[in-house]
Amino acid sequence: MSTPASLPVPALSVRHLTVAYRDAPVLWEVSWATPPSGLVAVIGPNGAGKSTLIKACLDLVPRISGEVRIFGQPLAAVRRRVGYLPQRASVDWDFPATALDVVAMGCYPRAGWLRPLGRREREAARAALAEVGLADFAERQIGQLSGGQQQRVFLARALALKADLYFMDEPFAGVDAATEKAIVAVLRRLADSGRTVIVVHHDLATAPHYFDHVLLLNLRAIASGPMRQAFTPENLALAYGGRLSLLDQAVAAAAGAPGAAPRA
Amino acid sequence: MVAADDFLAALGLGLGHNATVVVLGCAAFGLAAGLVGCFVLLRGRALIADVAAHATLPGVAAAFIGATLAGADPRNLWLLMAGGAASAALGTLAVRAATATGRVRDDAAMALVLSAGFGLGVVLMSVVQSRPTGGQAGLAHFILGQAAGMAEAEARALGMLAAGAVAMVLLLFNPLRTLCFDEAFAAATGLPVRLLDLALMALMLLVAVAGLRAVGLILVVALMVIPAVTARLVTDRLGVMAALASLFGAVSGWVGAALSAAAPGLPTGAVVTLVACALFVAALLLSPGRGVLAALLRHARLSWRIARDHFLRGAWEELERQRLGPDGAFAAAAVAEAWGWGPARLALVTCAARAAGLLTAAGEPGFLRLTEEGTALARGVVRRHRVWEIYLTRAGGVRAFAAHRGADLIEHTLPPEVEAEVEAWLAAADPALAREPVPPPVEGSLGHGARA
Repeated sequence: MSTPASLPVPALSVRHLTVAYRDAPVLWEVSWATPPSGLVAVIGPNGAGKSTLIKACLDLVPRISGEVRIFGQPLAAVRRRVGYLPQRASVDWDFPATALDVVAMGCYPRAGWLRPLGRREREAARAALAEVGLADFAERQIGQLSGGQQQRVFLARALALKADLYFMDEPFAGVDAATEKAIVAVLRRLADSGRTVIVVHHDLATAPHYFDHVLLLNLRAIASGPMRQAFTPENLALAYGGRLSLLDQAVAAAAGAPGAAPRA
Repeated sequence: MVAADDFLAALGLGLGHNATVVVLGCAAFGLAAGLVGCFVLLRGRALIADVAAHATLPGVAAAFIGATLAGADPRNLWLLMAGGAASAALGTLAVRAATATGRVRDDAAMALVLSAGFGLGVVLMSVVQSRPTGGQAGLAHFILGQAAGMAEAEARALGMLAAGAVAMVLLLFNPLRTLCFDEAFAAATGLPVRLLDLALMALMLLVAVAGLRAVGLILVVALMVIPAVTARLVTDRLGVMAALASLFGAVSGWVGAALSAAAPGLPTGAVVTLVACALFVAALLLSPGRGVLAALLRHARLSWRIARDHFLRGAWEELERQRLGPDGAFAAAAVAEAWGWGPARLALVTCAARAAGLLTAAGEPGFLRLTEEGTALARGVVRRHRVWEIYLTRAGGVRAFAAHRGADLIEHTLPPEVEAEVEAWLAAADPALAREPVPPPVEGSLGHGARA
């Protein structure tokens, strides 16, 4: 991967991370490092701890043990370089706000929370909306947007943060084909400009097409690495526990996928 | 009962100094409660506010007892309020502690603390009543509110509370908005979420305690929740909602206090709450976006459009069946039969269509003719239906009778861009057919009323 002389700093590295809700561990001794940039999928069955991993990295849930480094530093030191896209279902979309209001929430961390946004920041928010194809929906009440459009508003808000490392929790959950395409295009652009995007993903069929790297997670880190090396039937079986025939199909589909080749 | 003159005088602050103090004090409290309630509600903490209000009672009673034992003046309002604030804070902490373990659901925890706090307060009250200085202490007024005796200093304090609430919301508007909408995102961007929540809770507690005198602990939550809910009905903007909630709260306090000043028998808290409720009902009925009347109107408009389209298509198909041109006369009864309409519905639809200038009477009774406008509209309706039928049968492989049904279901709600796409498909697939103003019905689709 890289010469020992110039070891690149991983965007995210996690060591011996353990998280428990009440008595039951949700993540157990997870150690994992992402490449310095690129699109990274976190894949595993329901309840595998995928969202919890993201939340633990962002200090949103308490850790029992373990260490998280972002660009080699603790989160507090690099907070401005980190962006988060929560699950769409985690908020009440009947909230009195327009699409632009929500995207503007991504501008405040840089512009300052206690004063109104200046013209430049408002334009940046509009540009972020335009980037996800919602330029005409800026003044729309968020409750009147479709599910896919709401997801894209969340994505635009994340873009407005102008972060270098993004955590995205199921951005493809329950969206229409047009939205999926738009999101993939945005992710690709982010990766091409040297950013890292860590995405909780649950569609095994599309994972090898969309992502360069993968972490297979089920309570523990089952396997991780470049998609072609880690996304194998054996590893998937370990992560999902059986149902081999379905998994074989997914891998077979992946093998024929042009996007599955590791990117330069 | 209420003397109208007195009410108007109190409303215009002309009923003497004491009444004016009460009216202004209640208005200031209403403003603060409406504004703070806006964010409390959006943060999902309305029930916690109710818990805090009920949990003030044991603190008030304990402060009274403590002051008596210490030889201080037990009727000192500030002392009583401080006691109320302390026990309310304890109550909210108790709810948090009970839910933090994860063993008790938060609604159960809130119900538990609310009733336990109130029960404890009632017990302590009865202790107060049994003491010689009790009885007349007026502690009972804290339960249902009695603004009549409000001193100028109290009204001034309420004014300061309102000003403080406005200042804090103006300063923290963006962080509060982000926190209320998406706590996880707010925390991930580094906002001090706990501190913000604490500030909001502190403001809520202040309002709950400040409202003890004016509206009483049972109804204080009403002034936090009702103006905010009313404002939400009227607007989709948070800034406007906060301003309107303040306004509605202030108006409720003002009008309610004036009413109760004009009729001293009426408890202020209840009247203020009822005024707020009246505003809510008015907004529920009349709000342009979310109001009941607006929804009925929208529904009626959609029903009319569908009935009109059905009638026009029925008329067109009847004319085709009789081999008449678009200007021919057709029997209204035949169209009604095709759609299975009764005479009342037929009369209603034809009446409305004639009023809209789509139909005219045609000599013989029971026969109608399409006007020019009606013809153009009918042509569009029928074309849309048939093009969709053709698309479903040829491109979608749907059987003809099913295509007819599908077209029926979808044609009224077809978005214009989909319609354009289907038209483009037809122009490419069968240019000759696409050029016809109204394509013939798909073979086997039966047209209307199963006339086969």
